[in-house]
Amino acid sequence: MKEVKLLKGNEAIAEAAIRYGVDGYFGYPITPQSEIMETLMAQHPWDTTGMVVLQAESETASINMVYGGAGCGKKVMTSSSSPGMSLMQEGLSYIAGAELPCVVINVVRGGPGLGTIQPAQSDYFQSVKGGGHGDYKLIVLAPSSVQEMADFVPLAFELAFKYRNPALILSDGMIGQMMEKVTLPPYQPRWTEQEIEQLHPWATTGKKAHRSKNVITSLELLSDEQERHNQKLQAKYQQMQATEVRYETFSCEDADYLLIAYGSSARVCQKAVEIARENGLKVGLLRPITLFPFPTEAIHKLAQQVKGILTVEMSAGQMVEDVRLAVEGKTPVAHFGRFGGIIPSPGEVVDAIKQQFIKG
Amino acid sequence: MTEEIIIAGFGGQGVLSMGKILAYSGMMMGKEVSWMPSYGPEMRGGTANVTVIISDNRISSPVLHEFDTAILLNQQSVTKFESMVKPGGVLIYDGNGIVSHPTRKDISIYRVDASEEAVRSNMQKTFNMIVTGAYMKVKPIVHMADVLKGLKSSLPSRHHHLLPSNEKAIEKGMEIVVPVNVVSANCCVNCH
Repeated sequence: MKEVKLLKGNEAIAEAAIRYGVDGYFGYPITPQSEIMETLMAQHPWDTTGMVVLQAESETASINMVYGGAGCGKKVMTSSSSPGMSLMQEGLSYIAGAELPCVVINVVRGGPGLGTIQPAQSDYFQSVKGGGHGDYKLIVLAPSSVQEMADFVPLAFELAFKYRNPALILSDGMIGQMMEKVTLPPYQPRWTEQEIEQLHPWATTGKKAHRSKNVITSLELLSDEQERHNQKLQAKYQQMQATEVRYETFSCEDADYLLIAYGSSARVCQKAVEIARENGLKVGLLRPITLFPFPTEAIHKLAQQVKGILTVEMSAGQMVEDVRLAVEGKTPVAHFGRFGGIIPSPGEVVDAIKQQFIKG
Repeated sequence: MTEEIIIAGFGGQGVLSMGKILAYSGMMMGKEVSWMPSYGPEMRGGTANVTVIISDNRISSPVLHEFDTAILLNQQSVTKFESMVKPGGVLIYDGNGIVSHPTRKDISIYRVDASEEAVRSNMQKTFNMIVTGAYMKVKPIVHMADVLKGLKSSLPSRHHHLLPSNEKAIEKGMEIVVPVNVVSANCCVNCH
């Protein structure tokens, strides 16, 4: 049965994970995402669905527990916030190299270093350009509401298993801490051991007489083999780019100016569109839902229609680089950002459009 | 109808729970709601604030820099948020410890001496419900029945025996709130 609740984004993630039949969560507390593990612990899912919830000794340990669980074909996840995510990058690179599915949630806070505990979007580069060593990509989903925090847990797992690739939910302190109405999905059972063997013949479920042994590793010392493996990974990323792009547009049909923003900033920009249109400025908004794969084509198309594009990010300007690559000089592209934990106001965004594109 | 509210005061005054109860009440009425708290060092001893939006429509930004209503429970909050009330909007404040009172002439200002009343009537634990009552009197958007339902869903069941005292506190707040400056209601919530 579907249930409507008033929940924080972090709580919604935890509730959705239990209902989706996730097998294991391994994490380490850090503000502003600690409610994810707190909610999981409070719900005692080990008594109901059999889900394991474990507080590891560090983020490095958490991501390696995820590596182990994923190798067994289980639905496993972890979550952290920016400084903790940096610690997980080595593990993520191994998981991507070994082609294992898992879900990771980053509830971003301002950096660099320990930075602040307030919301930011300054981990975009780390999330979409790999983050650890080697040529790899994560599937990156950017929720902009509490409902999407809940909805993207199943979606991230589906994509992760479809491509045997880690999927990242890139949220931030605002979406994690705010409460909104959320409709939770019905409970579904965890996979049985038999189902895992059938669905994921690559998983290390114990050597059977009818098949050769499964080996999970990211190591290949023969360069020819390693190159072939990398080519396979790149083909997979191209496949994602061709089929998994998701985005949403608001008031773009007649727009003279286009805002591009994801997550929290997209919420602020929706209000900015309303204010701008009340003042006679035809502004539209494109909200990337997948940050990798990026909605390059949709942006390229809109670039031919508008007089200017403003990206709004809670960073010094990271996604703006991918927007410029998509626009290929067809129209001016500018960036407006606040950082260090400051959320921009809708009014500031409207002022920035005027300053950048409507001078005088 | 869209009502954008900021509630601000000291950590421990029940600012965040008051916002939570208003958000729950709005949800009980079938409205769209959002609740965005300050979190972190602010709530550990300093000032705490929460933005609550109750609307008939999908809510765009949960973080705002202007508000229809500001409910301000200490001097820092009055100083910080008085200027962020929209012209024609409402400011409700607790006079306790206020040396520099709100002075704007283009907004309606109401005073509720909830801290004083809470001490006098031994209602310290339901202080924030006295303030909620004052808000409900000034802006009858959420109704008593929904607030009580909201309280029921946001309070753990072990505290449900306290519901009657919360209701009493709300009624007290409705009784003791007084207008300081009232602007004509041509900018009321109905025209939003």
